[in-house]
Amino acid sequence: MAKLIGCIGTSHIPAIGGAIHKGLQQDPYWKPFFDGFPPIRDWLGQVKPDVVVMFYNDHGLNFFLDKMPTFAVGAAAQYNNADEGWGIPTLPPFKGELDLSWQIINTLVEKEFDIVTCQEMLVDHACTLPLKLLWPEGDCPVTVVPICINTVQFPLPKASRVYALGRAVGEAIAAWDSSKTVAVIGSGGLSHQLDGERAGHINKAFDLQFMESLLTNPEWATQFSIHELVEKTGTQGVELLMWLAMRATLTTGKGAGVRKVHSNYHIPISNTATGLLALEKVE
Amino acid sequence: MASSQPFPKIPGTTPFDGAQARKGYALNKMCFSFNSADNRAEFQKDEEAYMRKYGLNEQQAAAIRARNVLQLIAAGGNAYYLAKFAGIFGLDMQDIGAQQTGLSKDEFQAKLRAANNP
Repeated sequence: MAKLIGCIGTSHIPAIGGAIHKGLQQDPYWKPFFDGFPPIRDWLGQVKPDVVVMFYNDHGLNFFLDKMPTFAVGAAAQYNNADEGWGIPTLPPFKGELDLSWQIINTLVEKEFDIVTCQEMLVDHACTLPLKLLWPEGDCPVTVVPICINTVQFPLPKASRVYALGRAVGEAIAAWDSSKTVAVIGSGGLSHQLDGERAGHINKAFDLQFMESLLTNPEWATQFSIHELVEKTGTQGVELLMWLAMRATLTTGKGAGVRKVHSNYHIPISNTATGLLALEKVE
Repeated sequence: MASSQPFPKIPGTTPFDGAQARKGYALNKMCFSFNSADNRAEFQKDEEAYMRKYGLNEQQAAAIRARNVLQLIAAGGNAYYLAKFAGIFGLDMQDIGAQQTGLSKDEFQAKLRAANNP
């Protein structure tokens, strides 16, 4: 059976793509953000995942309001990045992992998640930047199964539902008949709000409590409604749903415990409180 | 029109719900088109013709002409799509945040940094 080794939650701001392109990792504005990654890269170098399951939210590259799925699972051999309109560089295509895509799709539908499946799917900065941050040199060494969760158009899926989705994805990975090693990424957050008179809203206390909860009490955030999450973390801070789904994949089967590999938290990049957390599954 | 928003208002915040999505469809569709460099160029060549092509109403067209983000949100705009419009003018999220909060960019950046010590 496939081996699920752990998870990484990270923020995904478009400007990160520009900073990587310009080589600004040591710039005083960017350094506190980029400095979070080397310890996690070291860990990844040891555990060497073959495949990444990526929970992320599309920002209007692949999906528009004409068709807006709540949960969409990629089932493509290759995922292309494309112009998002912001002038950040377009990254080369990423390789898919078709067998795991269909393993996840079959499991989710069996467990009554009525998902959308995508044999073609453009992936935006939310999917591409975490891969570039974790594997900055050369070609991306992992294949990818992207799972997109709607945070564009309300109603958004409830936190408890997203957690249940993550658990089901974890069960699908654990039951995958493969010798491959899998890591899960949650891409989004943490607290930030781009729109309205409350633009710039950041909630450090909530973010830190949320990150801590993922270590010790992963269901903690499921107590909140979407409205409460928006009130506490901002209209885009609700992207923390990606971290919740990610963490939930590690809560089933043998070795449901985790140990913290590394974490980082920095305010601000762009308008965002940036979070980074890697957890290893403990057998 | 019945609101699907079952919760109390969060100050300075407009959740992009069904009512907003209905109101803003043409505006958001135009902004979504700005993923393409050709479309961005076409808009810049003749903004009025481009807005007519997407069927923007007068409130939406006025907000586009004014480059006013709060007006664009009031006209049904969604932050993610509006960001593509702002990108045409090289505006980043801190420029947009400053405009919406009535602060200078320096003041807005200071507000963000202040979140470190609430």
